[in-house]
Amino acid sequence: MIRQVAVPALAILAFLAFWELIVRLNGWPDYVMASPSDLPAAYARFWELFLIGSWQTLWRTVAGLALAVLFGLLLGMVMGFSRIARDALYPLLVGFNAIPKATLVPVLALLFIGQHNFNTVLMAFLISFFPIAVSVGIGLSTLEPEYRDILRSLGASRVTIFRKIALPKTLPEFFGALKVAVTLAFIGTNLVEIVSPHGRGLGALFLSGQTNSNYPLMFAVLIALAVLGIVLYYAVVWLERTFAGWAERPQT
Amino acid sequence: MTNLIEIKDVRHAYRTKAGPLPVLDGVDMGVPEGTFAAVVGPSGCGKSTLTRLVAGLMKPDAGEVRLHGERVTSPRRTVGMAFQNPVLLEWRTILDNVILPLEIVAPRMPRAEREARAEELLALVGLQGFETKRPSELSGGMRQRASLCRAIVHKPDVLIMDEPFGALDNFTREDLWQTMRDLRRSEPSTCVLITHDLRESVFLGDQVIVLSGRPARTQYVMDVDLPEDRTLDVLYTREVGDMLHVLRDQIKVAQGRGADDAAPPAAPPPGSAAQGVAGPGLAERAR
Repeated sequence: MIRQVAVPALAILAFLAFWELIVRLNGWPDYVMASPSDLPAAYARFWELFLIGSWQTLWRTVAGLALAVLFGLLLGMVMGFSRIARDALYPLLVGFNAIPKATLVPVLALLFIGQHNFNTVLMAFLISFFPIAVSVGIGLSTLEPEYRDILRSLGASRVTIFRKIALPKTLPEFFGALKVAVTLAFIGTNLVEIVSPHGRGLGALFLSGQTNSNYPLMFAVLIALAVLGIVLYYAVVWLERTFAGWAERPQT
Repeated sequence: MTNLIEIKDVRHAYRTKAGPLPVLDGVDMGVPEGTFAAVVGPSGCGKSTLTRLVAGLMKPDAGEVRLHGERVTSPRRTVGMAFQNPVLLEWRTILDNVILPLEIVAPRMPRAEREARAEELLALVGLQGFETKRPSELSGGMRQRASLCRAIVHKPDVLIMDEPFGALDNFTREDLWQTMRDLRRSEPSTCVLITHDLRESVFLGDQVIVLSGRPARTQYVMDVDLPEDRTLDVLYTREVGDMLHVLRDQIKVAQGRGADDAAPPAAPPPGSAAQGVAGPGLAERAR
């Protein structure tokens, strides 16, 4: 337990020390590159904005991710059970996923003018449903027939087989995808916050730091984003342990 | 005695891109109630298809599969299945894995009753104390034992096994043969076992059915006339040696290589009663 906390904490401290060191060695002023020692002042001065921004970024990311989970599961189920649906949807999905999502920001902004929260949630959703749909689809379509047969030979309905076998069996794949999706959704939220004008959240705070040439503030936002990302990621890890902990083999 | 399982001139072909691929072409077999039929044949000859037909998971193109005289057209709850892969659910404990069929077949049965039934079976196969373990914590042989318990927990009258011991090492396999023999005493059922192992077929079976190479038909049927409570020692007797020899020759014929002496022995070895070596003729006769 001590090792689990101490090792990553030491690694972070070492990273901060290294960062501080190169800034000092090179004698960079804070408008070239801020150092960790500049950050506390930035947090102290703007702490209220950080709290508001973090909350906005957080809830919109989670909302987008929740939509992605619902839609991704549904799409994955359709693709997992129907070959025709799989053949039809795959090229569409891959094509959609290949579009750089930054190009969609102006499209969404024009489609839903002024709906800033809606646009942001929508972007978080659009960028993150793909891995979920694909893994659930693959997980379901590659279920070994024997798994189905043990219940089917007893006359169990398709719904029962899905509930008792296919769904739990796909959970590890689902959570694997969710770990990717949570980071993507976070990126989607920030993308809209930074690119679209009059944004909200941490992304907008970053943009205002840039506009005002407040470099310590920009770096402080980046660190806050990293922390938020870590929190979200480990929330998913915790969910995974709770619902699919059986998939983790004891290490010997 | 009437046959609980009756298979008559069953034919089946899979539709593939290259056209129909016939796998079964005139399979006949009859399994009297409470007896054990072992089915052997070259690999890929359609033995697994046969299990799926008996379980009602598939319908044959032609011919009929009957259980209790009734034609099998869909799955029925009185069937239990075990496969080479134990297919235990990793997220359930061993006890909950064994209980699974009861959740489908007897949804109203109280939890305590289900658990008692599963515990009783686990004890029979030597898995007491492992009820709360996960499948990943068990060895291959133990997993297969649990899989057998799951196959019979709902007291099916037909137990279908598709090479359940195929992936185990020799000693574990022999242990499981004995477990299977003992299980049948306390949990009687009519069994169909698909296997590649001739010794296994003779040790467990009341009859051994040899299928020809694909497309499979019934090539040879041997009645195994050994005492019910046979021990592994029986496998080293002259009598069983002769039976194994005959079966071995039949497999060679099935593989299309011909027996050593070019023809099956005229006289069946003592202790067995060959019901006839069928060429393509048996299918015609059955019709």
